[in-house]
Amino acid sequence: MNDMRIAERDVSTSETKIAARGVQVHYGTTHALKDVDIDILNGNVTAFIGPSGCGKSTFLRCLNRMNDTIAAAKVTGSIKLDGEDIYDAKVDPVQLRAKVGMVFQKPNPFPKSIYDNVAYGPKIHGLTRSKAELDNVVETSLKKAALWNEVKDRLHSPGTGLSGGQQQRLCIARAVATSPEVLLMDEPCSALDPIATAQVEELIDELRGQFAVVIVTHSMQQAARVSQKTAFFHLGNLVEFGETGQIFTNPRDPRTESYISGRIG
Amino acid sequence: MPVLWIALIVLAAAAIAYVLARRSALASAQGDVRRMHSLPSYYGWHAFILTALPALLLMLAWLIFQPLFIENRIASQLPAEATATATSQQLAMRDVRSVADGLQAAISSGAITPEEMEAFTNDPSTLRARLGEAGVALGGNVTSETLEAAQNFRALASTMNLTMTVLVIGVALAGAAIALKQVRPDFWARNAVERTVMGLLIFASAIAIFTTISIVFSMVFETMNFFRQYPWQSFFFGTTWSPVFHGNSQLGIVPLLWGTLYISFIALLVAVPIGLFAAIYLSEYASNRVRSFAKPLIEVLAGIPTIVYGLFALVTVGPLLRDYFAQPLGLGSSGTSVMTAGLVMGVMIIPFVSSLSDDIINSVPQSLRDGSLGLGATKSETIRQVVLPAALPGIVGAVLLAASRAIGETMIVVLGAGAAARLGLNPFEAMTTITVKIVSQLTGDTDFNSPETLVAFALGLTLFVITLGLNIFALYIVRKYREQYE
Ligand SMILES: Nc1ncnc2c1ncn2[C@@H]1O[C@H](COP(=O)(O)OP(=O)(O)OP(=O)(O)O)[C@@H](O)[C@H]1O
Ligand SMILES: [Mg+2]
Repeated sequence: MNDMRIAERDVSTSETKIAARGVQVHYGTTHALKDVDIDILNGNVTAFIGPSGCGKSTFLRCLNRMNDTIAAAKVTGSIKLDGEDIYDAKVDPVQLRAKVGMVFQKPNPFPKSIYDNVAYGPKIHGLTRSKAELDNVVETSLKKAALWNEVKDRLHSPGTGLSGGQQQRLCIARAVATSPEVLLMDEPCSALDPIATAQVEELIDELRGQFAVVIVTHSMQQAARVSQKTAFFHLGNLVEFGETGQIFTNPRDPRTESYISGRIG
Repeated sequence: MPVLWIALIVLAAAAIAYVLARRSALASAQGDVRRMHSLPSYYGWHAFILTALPALLLMLAWLIFQPLFIENRIASQLPAEATATATSQQLAMRDVRSVADGLQAAISSGAITPEEMEAFTNDPSTLRARLGEAGVALGGNVTSETLEAAQNFRALASTMNLTMTVLVIGVALAGAAIALKQVRPDFWARNAVERTVMGLLIFASAIAIFTTISIVFSMVFETMNFFRQYPWQSFFFGTTWSPVFHGNSQLGIVPLLWGTLYISFIALLVAVPIGLFAAIYLSEYASNRVRSFAKPLIEVLAGIPTIVYGLFALVTVGPLLRDYFAQPLGLGSSGTSVMTAGLVMGVMIIPFVSSLSDDIINSVPQSLRDGSLGLGATKSETIRQVVLPAALPGIVGAVLLAASRAIGETMIVVLGAGAAARLGLNPFEAMTTITVKIVSQLTGDTDFNSPETLVAFALGLTLFVITLGLNIFALYIVRKYREQYE
């Protein structure tokens, strides 16, 4: 169990970034998420774990209102970002998503060049003032996503021509380039080899200096390695939420216990 | 025996063979389907195919070659002066055939008795009048050589018919017998049927390809014929179109080509933006309910007969444009104009653009939209920068399809833009297109060998080459994009 270096990093007791209370999601008649209360802290990495289909992605999509694009999805309860309800009529979901970036479960590069994929967010939001500045943003984002060395000679070839794992890192770079305040990552390492995974984990750790990071993962080791807080979902319920060290060494709920031990015991 | 009957008999035999083969397959496996290689119905189908297919193919071949064979035999019996040249032989054979057909019709309806026939053999001079009374008109008087040849013709045809009937039914029965003998649990009936299905599919695609090739060839031959009588330089570069039916015509394609392209251009100018915007609305913004009735409603436009569009152009749009635009602006007083035809044609091809583009935009994966929205892009930014580029190859294809439709359109042009070939820029003047001129050169009393008529083939071939070029261009664009972004 030497890769279970359980968070030697302390939970910074900084302020709450996102506060979710009583969140319920229905897809038509399916009750996908039941009464979830969670606080996402600034400067922390929060990991969501749980068996497939338990609602991790669904909850993640609530946090930047991506569920708006699914006609059948109905979200109730309150989710506050910096104390402001994001489902309030006054909040523009477009602005919200610029602040709460997302890396999706399946890599989805745009049918554009690698460069344009990464430059997409900065261009839309007018984050850079000159071409040189934009070049710089693209380069640092690709470096952060551990992709720069592989693509620096072909920035203008299509992003869809990359391998699956490279595409996943391209999507990470794309999200990072927009400099969000919160970064939601849905299984960002599912198609990556151990080296790239380590690099992305390094990135996640680095990012939490600036953003709050939420990561969904099926790898217990990864959750233990990168996160300070862990939430365990089961059948649409948030079963247990606490400090990562406590969840992995001393879970309170028997379901958490059996899930964790089933995987890493 | 009539061909239809033979075909029915063969099919009936095949149906019986199906039932028998199925039953004997089941029996040979003692009712346990799992012990056979294929399901019982496959043995049935195998028997059906083996009974019907060779027999029907034989019949088809026979029907194609029998007339050629008979013609040859009879022609060799005709007197030498009749077969001296190809033309005179053709004429003589035509006489023989019409007399033979006339006799056949008259005898089978009972208008001429066999005894009368005897009399005619000795003296054929009254035959024409007699056949005329019986309702069969002949072109000229019948000579005794012709009558003899015609009698031989009939005899030969009837023996050959009989032979065919016997052979075809024989082949069918033999096929059935072979198939029934083959029924054993270890016979791969399923694979045999599979091969036949493949053959059928190949045959169907071969027919489509051969038709295209033969259409092109017939056009090419007539076009070469035309260029022997009319210099190609004057055709391709001539700027005047004025056919005169006593010769000395000027048959320059340039004004027609210009009219075609001008009208199609205006039509696309109308159809592409409207169609594309409608498609974007339908696929990205409209709710499912709106979409489910708006889309068929737009598609109705494609179902309206073009002649109705033509009338609309002639009666409504044309006068409207003349009275409110052309005349006040001093641009002419023609009721028919390029603008009229272009606008109406544009409306007609909207559904080609919108419906196809809508399907294509819908097939862009939702994950791409999510990716863009997730970065804080608005809906229209997402559409412009992600969805449309991804859908572009398909949209180009839709536009080019609409363009070929516009280029080939005739009715709207005749009624909307008129039939006067003219080379000009004013969109409120009457002009015309290649297709309209093809129709007008081929209709009416014309000598089929004059350049004025043959030019229609040259025009048609040019049009074909243009649309072919458009299609190849479309394929090229689509492929280029695919390579880049897939
Ligand atoms: N668009 C949708 N329409 C209807 N039901 C959905 C939709 N998306 C998810 N669901 C349902 O909601 C439940 C939770 O799905 P979700 O995608 O959140 O699972 P998950 O925890 O992310 O699983 P995985 O680990 O496999 O990604 C599932 O039962 C799923 O069938
Ligand atoms: Mg998921």
